[in-house]
Amino acid sequence: MALVSYWAVISARFRSLLQYRSAALAGLVTQIVWGIIRVMIFQAFYSSTTTEQPMSGREVETYIWLGQAFLAALPWNIDTDLRSLIRSGGIGYELVRPVDLHTYWMSRALAWRTAPMLMRSIPLLVFAFIVMGMAPPATVAAGAAFMISMCAAIVLSSAITTFLNVTMLWTITGDGITQLTFGLVLIFSGMLVPLPLFPDWSQPLINAMPFRGLVDTPYRLYLGHIPASELPQHLAHQLFWILAFVVAGRIALSRALRRVVVQGG
Amino acid sequence: MVDSLYVYGRFLTVSVRAQMQYRASFLMQLGGRLIVTAGEFAAILILFDRFGSLLEWNVYQVAFIYGIVNVSFAVADALTTGFDLFGDMVKTGDFDRLLLRPRSTALQLAGQELTLRRISRLTPGIVALVWASTGLDLHWTIPNAALLMASVIGGASLFASLIVFQATLAFWTTETLEMMNTVTYGGVETTQYPINIYRPWFRNFFTFGIPLATVSYFPALAIMGVPDPLGTPIWFQYVAPVIGVGVLVVSLQVWRIGVRHYLSTGS
Repeated sequence: MALVSYWAVISARFRSLLQYRSAALAGLVTQIVWGIIRVMIFQAFYSSTTTEQPMSGREVETYIWLGQAFLAALPWNIDTDLRSLIRSGGIGYELVRPVDLHTYWMSRALAWRTAPMLMRSIPLLVFAFIVMGMAPPATVAAGAAFMISMCAAIVLSSAITTFLNVTMLWTITGDGITQLTFGLVLIFSGMLVPLPLFPDWSQPLINAMPFRGLVDTPYRLYLGHIPASELPQHLAHQLFWILAFVVAGRIALSRALRRVVVQGG
Repeated sequence: MVDSLYVYGRFLTVSVRAQMQYRASFLMQLGGRLIVTAGEFAAILILFDRFGSLLEWNVYQVAFIYGIVNVSFAVADALTTGFDLFGDMVKTGDFDRLLLRPRSTALQLAGQELTLRRISRLTPGIVALVWASTGLDLHWTIPNAALLMASVIGGASLFASLIVFQATLAFWTTETLEMMNTVTYGGVETTQYPINIYRPWFRNFFTFGIPLATVSYFPALAIMGVPDPLGTPIWFQYVAPVIGVGVLVVSLQVWRIGVRHYLSTGS
């Protein structure tokens, strides 16, 4: 019974998000331009060296296009609807709903991370395959491992987003912590520079952090850079961090609700 | 003119004071922005650590160009926040209030808000410039220092004119065109690296189409004393920043035409 209501939240939110088509088009153009710039920069770097690199230039190009295609799935902002509810005092209504608040917010986040991503990724991937010569998954197994790991990446992103949403109950704006998280995500997920290219001494640190589960893990599975047979251990890393953010979010939420002050009236 | 500057100064003071009311959130935002912008600089360092060089460029030379572009953009971005908000002001009709006041609309918009966190982009830019100039052992002779100033002013003018131009379009469309952001931010991203690493069509777009390269790359070469792999003469590298100021003058003229054609939405 409860599951039905969460599913209803996801699908309603999903449908309303699909309405923003012109924003999606503008985003699509931006991301194509961005991808082209980044590909050219990396090509220039690769043509400057003859030493073997941890990742081939061709692999990096595909990694960049995957990054552009799935950019909208990253936890880069907070739910602005929830923010206005918190500011206006409408949050009171959220509290009286007969559902578990954390699961409810996480359902919203899942839709919020998936719908814009789907709208952008499909045309972008088509463009990257046809015009930019992006490579298909290394093997069928790599493709399947990528799909599984990408789903985990979206759930991880939603768990982080929900955690950020909860912090708004303390800070009201949420801008500060979101900016901070976004900065960490950008650098340590692999969006800026593919993680295998980071200095060797930093690899253990980067591997321990949650952010590689958002970008680097699924993309390297796609490339076969991480063999599909190693999926279980990488999936376990993603699941561990999903659990960690869900638990942290739930604790923070129950603390916040004990001392909630409803703004306005 | 002096009077305008005084009014402008007052606008900015008020805006800064307003932002300091939410100190904790403000500091976290500042930290976050700093990480994002510093991240781009870190990316340059990481890539040089892996690859050793970028075609004929070393890490200090690229850092120097990165510094000029980011300082220019930070200045332009901080001074034009009002123009970013302009689209909404047209939609709500708030722009009418600005027309009633005895000051130019461009001045009022420029002084609308000095978002402090936007200045955070200055930090990595300045750090990169200082680090690069020690690494390159640059001599700050008067012509070099003047050229650096000119380059930053030219760059800031050019970025500002892009933002003003985007806002001007809203007079006719009442929507700000998001697509223009691609040009502005894409321009920052592109010109952080030496322009000769890109394919010719792309490089030409940012040299002749939207001349961002002329106010960063070319003067930077002259300051560093590096001959241009693209073969531009040295005199051109010195006068290039003037182009940025010229484009800003033109865009403010276009803005004026926009103001004259402004029809309030009436709401």
